Amino acid sequence: MEQPSSHLIIKRAEGVSVVEFADRKILEELSIQEIGEELDRLVESEPGIKLLLNFQNVDHLSSAALGMLITLNKKIKERSGALKLSDINRQIFEVFKITRLNRVFDIHDSANEALSVFDA
Amino acid sequence: MKVPADFGVSDGVLTELVVPSDLRSAKQPEEQILREVQDRNYDEQSVFAIKLALEEALTNAIRHGNRNDDRGRLTILYAVRSDRTVICVRDEGQGFEPASLPDPTADENLEVPNGRGIMLMYAYMTKIRFNDQGNEVWMLKIAGAPQ
Repeated sequence: MEQPSSHLIIKRAEGVSVVEFADRKILEELSIQEIGEELDRLVESEPGIKLLLNFQNVDHLSSAALGMLITLNKKIKERSGALKLSDINRQIFEVFKITRLNRVFDIHDSANEALSVFDA
Repeated sequence: MKVPADFGVSDGVLTELVVPSDLRSAKQPEEQILREVQDRNYDEQSVFAIKLALEEALTNAIRHGNRNDDRGRLTILYAVRSDRTVICVRDEGQGFEPASLPDPTADENLEVPNGRGIMLMYAYMTKIRFNDQGNEVWMLKIAGAPQ
């Protein structure tokens, strides 16, 4: 069931919370705090959450967005959950590589691929 | 500080913008610069690089330079040419020493949430130059040049 919110589109699939970003420029400085808070509420509401962030609508992100993702990842792991990222375009993936954060996050080419390995 | 001599533009061609030191106000110069960059048909990678580095520089000036005080001001100087873009961001703070920053790509810092902005500026712009005080940064992007 789709649950609209101001920045996120949240769906459920195979026991996984799948989040897409509602705006192409969503991961800019102005929005990051609000997005972080929305994701935080989602994680708080579901112990052991399996969360997939689908980046197909994202064509820009800032270091603040990376910081938000790091904090989110830590929180999810502390609560015995799992976080995966998918559909990251070439330029955004390059940011993850330059910062070596491709080693911190579990990144998949597609949402389907990520969903298939959540319990692996 | 004047525009660095090796950036290939003179002070006289720079546009100066002064805005309040907050993220919303900083959007206006950012969008103005990016519109000019896109009007010059820069390649997609250069546009991405300029947007990323500029946003990092503005955020650093607001959060660290002016310490989130929205009574402060940001001064932005820029020139967009067919082959290059030069941008300066200046805050009213005490400055800092860029060389003193920890390496965010070191294993022990990978899961630290902050500290990546300047590294990304260096990675994505052709040249970066700070003034001696550390409250002014000049950035050069040669269009189409690899990072």
